[in-house]
Amino acid sequence: MADDRDLLPSEQPVQLLDASGRPVDDPDLPFPDNGRLLAAYTALVVGRRVNDQAGALVRQGRLAVYPSSHGQEACQVAASLVLGENDWLFPTYRDTVAVITRGVDPVEVLTLLKGDWHAGYDPYAHRVAPQATPLATQLLHAVGVAHAARLRGEDTVVMALCGDGATSEGDFHEALNFAAVLKAPVVFFIQNNEYAISVPLARQTAAPSLAHKGIGYGVNGERVDGNDTPAVLAVLERAVGAARSGGGPQLVEAHTYRMQAHTNADDDTRYRSSDEVDPWVSRDPLVRLEALLKRKRVLTRARREEITGRAEAVAAAMREGISRDTDPHPSELFAHLYAEPTPQLREQAAVLADELSRESD
Amino acid sequence: MATDPTKLTMAQALNRALRDAMAQDGTVYVFGEDVGPLGGVFRITDGLTAEFGEDRCFDTPLAESGIAGLAVGMAMNGMRPVIEMQFDAFAYPAFEQVVSHIAKLRNRTRGRVSMPIVIRVPYAGGIGGVEHHCDSSEAYYAHTPGLKVVTPATPADAYHLLREAIASDDPVVFMEPKKLYWAKEEFDPAAPRPGIGTAVVRRPGTDATLIAYGPSVPTALEAAEAAAQEGRSLQVVDVRSIVPFDDETVCAAVRSTGRAVVVAEASGFASVASEIAARVTERCFHSLAAPVRRVTGFDIPFPPPKLERHQLPSVDRVLDAVDDLQWEDDQ
Repeated sequence: MADDRDLLPSEQPVQLLDASGRPVDDPDLPFPDNGRLLAAYTALVVGRRVNDQAGALVRQGRLAVYPSSHGQEACQVAASLVLGENDWLFPTYRDTVAVITRGVDPVEVLTLLKGDWHAGYDPYAHRVAPQATPLATQLLHAVGVAHAARLRGEDTVVMALCGDGATSEGDFHEALNFAAVLKAPVVFFIQNNEYAISVPLARQTAAPSLAHKGIGYGVNGERVDGNDTPAVLAVLERAVGAARSGGGPQLVEAHTYRMQAHTNADDDTRYRSSDEVDPWVSRDPLVRLEALLKRKRVLTRARREEITGRAEAVAAAMREGISRDTDPHPSELFAHLYAEPTPQLREQAAVLADELSRESD
Repeated sequence: MATDPTKLTMAQALNRALRDAMAQDGTVYVFGEDVGPLGGVFRITDGLTAEFGEDRCFDTPLAESGIAGLAVGMAMNGMRPVIEMQFDAFAYPAFEQVVSHIAKLRNRTRGRVSMPIVIRVPYAGGIGGVEHHCDSSEAYYAHTPGLKVVTPATPADAYHLLREAIASDDPVVFMEPKKLYWAKEEFDPAAPRPGIGTAVVRRPGTDATLIAYGPSVPTALEAAEAAAQEGRSLQVVDVRSIVPFDDETVCAAVRSTGRAVVVAEASGFASVASEIAARVTERCFHSLAAPVRRVTGFDIPFPPPKLERHQLPSVDRVLDAVDDLQWEDDQ
């Protein structure tokens, strides 16, 4: 058994950047190289643009709703960038930017919110599970995928995402416990954005931090400043490495903040004040990373324009793709439920088909 | 696999089905609570860990949602998990995983992600079990689109249905009537396979049809035997596949007699028995000489052992229901 204290997170969330974007030296944690940082910056700019564009598409009535990760994009992009091709990502509904960073077409990702179907992309194409709407249930699926891979001797790490609210669910605990007992290569990555819709973290847990929950299962816990892109990259990279090399599951809590309401349908003025939100503006992960890259002189004006252009192109493709009228066919309602459909469903499909044929008469 | 007919209990038949499936297909994994070295509290997984190793048949931590959720992930990644819920009522913590994911993932992903999972649930009463050990929970699963629900009443059906359930790309809730675990019967592995989705006429008869499944099949057969002594010929249909339901066999049987009684242990309100009665009435109305009757458990929690006989459908209750099928009109 590991030394108990080794499993506890650091006293304070790990930082590699100070508030103004100046590097902080951490002897235990290698600073990501410039190539990595630029890739993260690009994904961050694209991610922010995707969040903004999705919000606009909701206002135009093109999407039913959108849970934005505005302010959490460092976590979003890092969760995907630290993974290899054979790894898996298990995202939640708020992790659209993480899914897109993994390479999934944004229009396919937004199929759910556009209302065409419950999930729009092939999970096997990029090894990204469907975005989970129920809380914490996907963490157990992540353990199952990792366990199956381990049984076959495959080199696969699974990145399982959840929020602070989900850590109160039973499946969170069962997933950590199962993963630890099975030594499954899973990185549980909690984005603690301080709110579960309207309920603040203090109503969610009395634990010193969410990363402290790891020790109860024999799982190594770590906490990181979730708006510090280099730190999130480095901490997640280390966790993925530990899981990959047989160290069992890892638990990482990123301390971040949900800058916008839960979704466009939520009114956050009912439960928090702007005095609370305002200080987080200056901790914006995009601003901090940009300051670092400028200081390091790796973000030239030309490169910045090129990245902004790329983000605009993604947004334009989203607008075009989401605005395109698609008519999901009602026969799909019956088509996918069973590998071998039941006679009862065949009957019901015929009833609907008949109804439709009479409608079109 | 031996082809000589032998006598087997249902427990042994289920054990043999798991062993044969595991030997044939390396992606079949068995896990749950106490299924490893102990062989399960009912010994259904006896010897599997010894024969196939700790990876193929393993004990999990004691958490049913965890077991079902783990199965989802393993199924996503190419495995065929067969999970055991130790008792009917202990399966409830897994309900969200079963209803929201096992049943829906294939549909959610437009057929891209299959869920070839078998959820074995020892169920129903008749064994003098204390609270939480005797529930008939089949209606919860049968009401959930995306699941298949089967329940054998004989060792041979238990073997073949479990083999089929494991081979199926759809999730199957496999309800094992625990009071029949130790019933012995001739078992011929070469006999025709039952097939998920097929009912079977267990006893021919001409006056009325008893429709039963799982633990109620022996009760229905006993009632038919008793009725025969009194000169009434009762046909017995074993539903054995609740989802998909074999309307054809059941309705053909009812049309041939013109009278039907559905026999099931579960509480009757909003039950599988209700669904069967409704389906039969809708489809066979013009062949019916009397309303379809149901003999079910009362709408109460399963009683303590000393009172359970009052909850279980008895031969007398079945015969009373048969007596009520408006025979005077025939005279």
